[in-house]
Amino acid sequence: MKFRIERFNPDTDAKPYFKEYDVDLKPADRMLLDALVRIKMMDDTLSLRRSCREGICGSDAMNINGKNGLACITKIVDLKEPVVLRALPGLPIIRDLIVDMTHFFAQYHSIKPYLINDEPPPERERLQSPHERAELDGLYECILCACCSTSCPSFWWNPDKFVGPAGLLNAYRFIADSRDQAANARLDDLKDPYRLFRCHSIMNCVDVCPKGLNPTSAIGKIKDMMVRRAV
Amino acid sequence: MALPVRKFDAVIVGAGGAGLRASYELSKAGLKVAALSKVFPTRSHTVAAQGGVGAALGNMGEDSWHWHMYDTVKGSDWLGDQDAIEFMCRMAPEVVIELEHFGMPFDRNDNGTIYQRPFGGHTANFGEKPVQRSSCAADRTGHAMLHALYQRNVHTKTQFFVEWMALDIIRDAEGRVLGVTALEMETGDIVIFQGKATLFATGGGGRIFASSTNAFINMGDGVGMTARAGIPLEDMEFWQFHPTGVAGAGVLITEGVRGEGGYLLNKNGERFMERYAPTMKDLASRDVVSRAMATEIKEGRGCGPHGDYILLKLDHLGADVINKRLPGIRESAIKFANIDPVKEPIPVVPTCHYQMGGIPTNYHGEVVVPKGGNPSSVVPGFYAAGECGCASIHGANRLGTNSLTDLLVMGKSSALSMLDYIKAEGPKHRDLPKDAGDFSLSRVAALDGKKGGANVDKTRGEIQRTMQAHCGVFRFPDMLVQGVDKIKALADSVANLEIGDKSKVFNTARIEALELQNLYETARATMISAEARKETRGAHDRADFHQRDDNNWLKHTLWYKEGDKLEYKAVNLKPLTVETIPPKARVY
Ligand SMILES: Cc1cc2nc3c(=O)[nH]c(=O)nc-3n(C[C@H](O)[C@H](O)[C@H](O)COP(=O)(O)OP(=O)(O)OC[C@H]3O[C@@H](n4cnc5c(N)ncnc54)[C@H](O)[C@@H]3O)c2cc1C
Ligand code: SF4
Ligand code: SF4
Ligand code: FES
Repeated sequence: MKFRIERFNPDTDAKPYFKEYDVDLKPADRMLLDALVRIKMMDDTLSLRRSCREGICGSDAMNINGKNGLACITKIVDLKEPVVLRALPGLPIIRDLIVDMTHFFAQYHSIKPYLINDEPPPERERLQSPHERAELDGLYECILCACCSTSCPSFWWNPDKFVGPAGLLNAYRFIADSRDQAANARLDDLKDPYRLFRCHSIMNCVDVCPKGLNPTSAIGKIKDMMVRRAV
Repeated sequence: MALPVRKFDAVIVGAGGAGLRASYELSKAGLKVAALSKVFPTRSHTVAAQGGVGAALGNMGEDSWHWHMYDTVKGSDWLGDQDAIEFMCRMAPEVVIELEHFGMPFDRNDNGTIYQRPFGGHTANFGEKPVQRSSCAADRTGHAMLHALYQRNVHTKTQFFVEWMALDIIRDAEGRVLGVTALEMETGDIVIFQGKATLFATGGGGRIFASSTNAFINMGDGVGMTARAGIPLEDMEFWQFHPTGVAGAGVLITEGVRGEGGYLLNKNGERFMERYAPTMKDLASRDVVSRAMATEIKEGRGCGPHGDYILLKLDHLGADVINKRLPGIRESAIKFANIDPVKEPIPVVPTCHYQMGGIPTNYHGEVVVPKGGNPSSVVPGFYAAGECGCASIHGANRLGTNSLTDLLVMGKSSALSMLDYIKAEGPKHRDLPKDAGDFSLSRVAALDGKKGGANVDKTRGEIQRTMQAHCGVFRFPDMLVQGVDKIKALADSVANLEIGDKSKVFNTARIEALELQNLYETARATMISAEARKETRGAHDRADFHQRDDNNWLKHTLWYKEGDKLEYKAVNLKPLTVETIPPKARVY
């Protein structure tokens, strides 16, 4: 099977270039990550991140035939040849398929991604009804892979000012939690023209999320709450 | 060459569940903490845990920590230390409730309490009937837990060193542990992290087997570093084979599937677990279920064209239950087995899953070794928690959900011990030995300079295939003896690895080679300890000694790298406050 992989090593290369590979795949190779492991056996200078190989750790996000996704849960049979692989767009490349995620995580950290509740915790669990808990479905499953944010044009242009779909989805995860008391402060924090309002509902993020999450809908809910709060 | 030194109160190697639970406790107390991880914390393998965390909350009916303790001792086939087991089971409700307060999105009952599901080996009233003890967040419990713990650490401002790989332990002349050397992947720089106390929370090394539920990064680093530092490894012959890994892919299907009512079938459509475990059936302990499955396959009742797998049926639960309680499983089965479990059963085989042995500790998380007649003398400054540690809570076989409990309890307990130790050490750091970084530097230089050495992928593959064939679910005497020879014969290759990539920036070939050297120590300890243990206990099943032998083998193995020396130490059968649970035959 034929691959074209974008390569870059700052030690030796002035700029990124494409390298072609032709690999004999074995019947056991089902996912793109299996193929990449095989390519790395031929050429150990190819660098990529990977760990769980089951789509839960978020390590191996990359741009696959033009669309962001996780290599470990992308089926080889679904891919058109030559398979073109590049690092996630919009973030600085460290080497080959490895990008610098500093901005991405800085935005995640900026939304105070932790439960805020200043009351002294009760002896037992804080109670939450199954209905209240269900509000967190579709939000808490985010694996911070960055597929969404790095496919979002608003994030490309303003990675330091726009929180991006992943960060906003997580912001809503805490706003929506019946145990969290900081909803108002969280909304205040997103009020400026950039942090939230750079989202123009282009929906690229929804299209690529490998966990089937919907950041646009979460963003819409935050916007609704702001409007409701204003009246 | 002198390496740069960075000084901290506490150095924590590993930012999975155990490391994050500990770093939270220490940074909350205002200490200067460095938490190192090969991957961004939420990418640690705790993220893959599915089924749940065990604690006798009693939310679904009566439960008690004492019953949990009984189940854990029995599950361990009496090799677990009963003081550590009592400690864990008593502490379990507290640490799970804490996790809820941290924001973990547990599933809920109608009355708002945490939902708990049944799980293998967990019973009410000392073995009478299954109990619902596993607190969960659908089948994504580990993900929900790891993120909640990371989020707490963001709050307490723990200092993370992400994509740093620890290479070796630094000890002084008295044997005290003073920190580690570590390599920054992005730059290739090597630095000394000096700590008044050092915690290993590096997770398991399940990648020693060819077929494994473990992530690529689970290479036994902590165990390898410990062995190189002259500290023995405990009970490394005991590895859990999870009954239900997806055939071919290794991806795990949680026992929670059977907890919710799924069951196993052989090729005749027979629910065979009824024969092997009349009371607990498909919810018997994991070693029992894995062995039953392997027996069915061996005796020609396996499914599929080659008769080499078993079917896990759950479609009778209905789409609603599957979508609500097991959504991740449905996703995995569709992706990795091409099967929608709402309609068809999933092909599964026993797959290496969990390392019961590891770095010997007591239940305070302090690393202990035999010294001057004391079998458990503390190594000052050194702590271990989570899957890399051996307290020993799981003995010869771990119960499902007890690992997440263990990493919470032991993560917290070791952090509290470290707090005391760091206070006693006072404000100043001790002097590092003059040659502190030399060993690591020479290892890396050897790799970079090697020409005509052994190939990393080939060597790793040979180790994994050897372990799988010679040290798997069933162990045969001649195979074990040959296995020891084969593994020893690989020492030369492992010491002389060659990599093509010589660059500094994010050189993953170099990382893989360094990991392989740790994997090798893990595999070697396993094979040698297994060959020596002439009995069957828990996950260690020998064809030639088919019974548990309490007269000769109710003891922990200690393997030293130096000369492959084996020593043994007594199992602690004395709990902290309750009466001993005396060994008896293990039936489910
Ligand atoms: C698929 C699967 C499902 C499971 N389901 C359950 C379940 O439902 N219930 C249950 O109780 N248990 C379950 N387990 C077991 C449980 O998840 C693990 O035992 C546990 O999460 C291990 O946690 P840990 O903190 O010890 O290690 P890990 O989470 O593996 O973390 C190890 C950390 O150490 C770091 N590290 C390793 N080496 C180095 C180094 N050299 N330098 C720097 N950092 C290093 C890694 O980067 C990582 O941060 C499951 C396991 C698997 C594989
Ligand atoms: S919907 Fe908003 S966040 Fe998503 S890609 Fe478009 S602009 Fe970005
Ligand atoms: S929302 Fe989806 S795509 Fe975005 S980081 Fe989370 S899991 Fe990845
Ligand atoms: S390797 Fe973990 S998400 Fe792909």
